[in-house]
Amino acid sequence: MSQKHIVEARGIHKHFGPLHVLKGVDLEVKERELVFIIGPSGSGKSTLLRCLNRLEEPTSGSVMVDGIDMLSPKTDINHARQRIGMVFQSFNLYPHMTALGNVTLALRKVAGKSRAEAEAIARQALERVGLADRADHTPGQLSGGQQQRVAIARSIALEPRVMLFDEPTSALDPELVGSVLEVMRSLRESGMTMIVVSHEMGFARNAADRVVFMDNGLIVEQGPPAAIFETPAHERTRAFIGQIQRH
Amino acid sequence: MGGWDRFVDTFFNAKVMEKYLPDILSGVVVTIELALLIVVSGLAAGLALALLRSLGVRPLNWLIVFVVDLFRSLPPLVIIVLMYFGLPYAGPSPSGFVSTWLSLALVLMAFSEEIFWAGITSIPRGQWEASRSTGLSYSQTLFNVILPQAFRLTIPPLTNRTIAITKGTALGTVVAVTEILGQASSAVSNSYNPSPLMMGAAAYIVLFLPVVVAARWIEAKFAWKR
Ligand SMILES: Nc1ncnc2c1ncn2[C@@H]1O[C@H](COP(=O)(O)OP(=O)(O)OP(=O)(O)O)[C@@H](O)[C@H]1O
Ligand SMILES: [Mg+2]
Repeated sequence: MSQKHIVEARGIHKHFGPLHVLKGVDLEVKERELVFIIGPSGSGKSTLLRCLNRLEEPTSGSVMVDGIDMLSPKTDINHARQRIGMVFQSFNLYPHMTALGNVTLALRKVAGKSRAEAEAIARQALERVGLADRADHTPGQLSGGQQQRVAIARSIALEPRVMLFDEPTSALDPELVGSVLEVMRSLRESGMTMIVVSHEMGFARNAADRVVFMDNGLIVEQGPPAAIFETPAHERTRAFIGQIQRH
Repeated sequence: MGGWDRFVDTFFNAKVMEKYLPDILSGVVVTIELALLIVVSGLAAGLALALLRSLGVRPLNWLIVFVVDLFRSLPPLVIIVLMYFGLPYAGPSPSGFVSTWLSLALVLMAFSEEIFWAGITSIPRGQWEASRSTGLSYSQTLFNVILPQAFRLTIPPLTNRTIAITKGTALGTVVAVTEILGQASSAVSNSYNPSPLMMGAAAYIVLFLPVVVAARWIEAKFAWKR
């Protein structure tokens, strides 16, 4: 093993009642790697991400993140989740708090920082996403792109070892997408390990180390972006990529 | 005596009012005590039930829903009468004051549980997920993220209910509670003059108007820019 795997998910199955949504997924991610997950709607991309931080309980399989067995009942899940940032399609900022309040909440309640420490860290995180001057704004006073960057700041303030992005730009107006991708690019340059579900093919091409194509609850194929986009091995991948690129 | 004078002499008779003012005032004290007890215990119990219900334990939730529906459908007067005249057959014999307090507190508990519960469930799942994904526990999420948002939605219906149910303290007269209305009506029968009733009405206004105003203030305070 040349490089340590920071995420190791093996044999993940997930059932929702009669629905078999993940049918034995293996995913390994190396430190500092940016993995892109693509696939048709309903193929299980979000569910897979949510199994990694146990927002969703896999029916079977194992998930190791940064050496922690995420599914063991002995694991302090709240402690473990600090190491795994998650960014959602719909931002999910707390509307009753300012941007600063959004970022400091977990720092104070989970990481145990004092208010002053938490605010100093939060201001730095907001600075990193280019929103130092918006600390006192509530989500309602921010654009979608700004809200998503606050959400990213909320995650990175906890210094996670890996970040999960679930369609971070799909709820944004086209002109606001760039600012969020910019922040993600700078995160990548700082060496953050990232797993990104997204259909931003341009971003995938020049930022991703690996693209994973999922269909119907399974990983169909994976490889470097150029290989997956230019010379996919499977018919289903080819059809999906063709469909995406026509848009 | 002209019509107007006769009207004033009948409904705002100074001598009668002076004589019965102390009675009305003591009624005011009893009403305030009752109202505070009902509001505090009713809302606390309602919130506690809603929080219990959010744990999602099936049999417990069935029980909560049954209790809540029961006390929402019974007329408050029936509960008071049952508690005062019926409960002694089963052992405890609460006073009129305690019967009124507990009955109205149970009714407020039932209505406020539904309102709190509606508030909690109306908060999008994404709020839970964002909070839990940063490592906050279930209860930390509930108290820091969900309830502050839920409270904002519950304040208008909650204040309406609270005021309506607290005014039900007047029902205490049937079980000999000497609150405002009780004092006023016995003063009316003793003096053969309706002036004490006017004093009672004034007392209710003086008592409840500030509550209504305070409710508006709280509503404004809890509103945040979307
Ligand atoms: N909580 C749930 N209960 C029941 N079914 C669910 C639940 N969450 C997801 N599903 C189902 O699981 C399947 C996979 O959903 P998932 O959200 O993982 O797909 P996805 O690949 O992220 O799709 P999209 O691109 O539309 O976001 C879908 O059929 C979905 O309806
Ligand atoms: Mg999805």
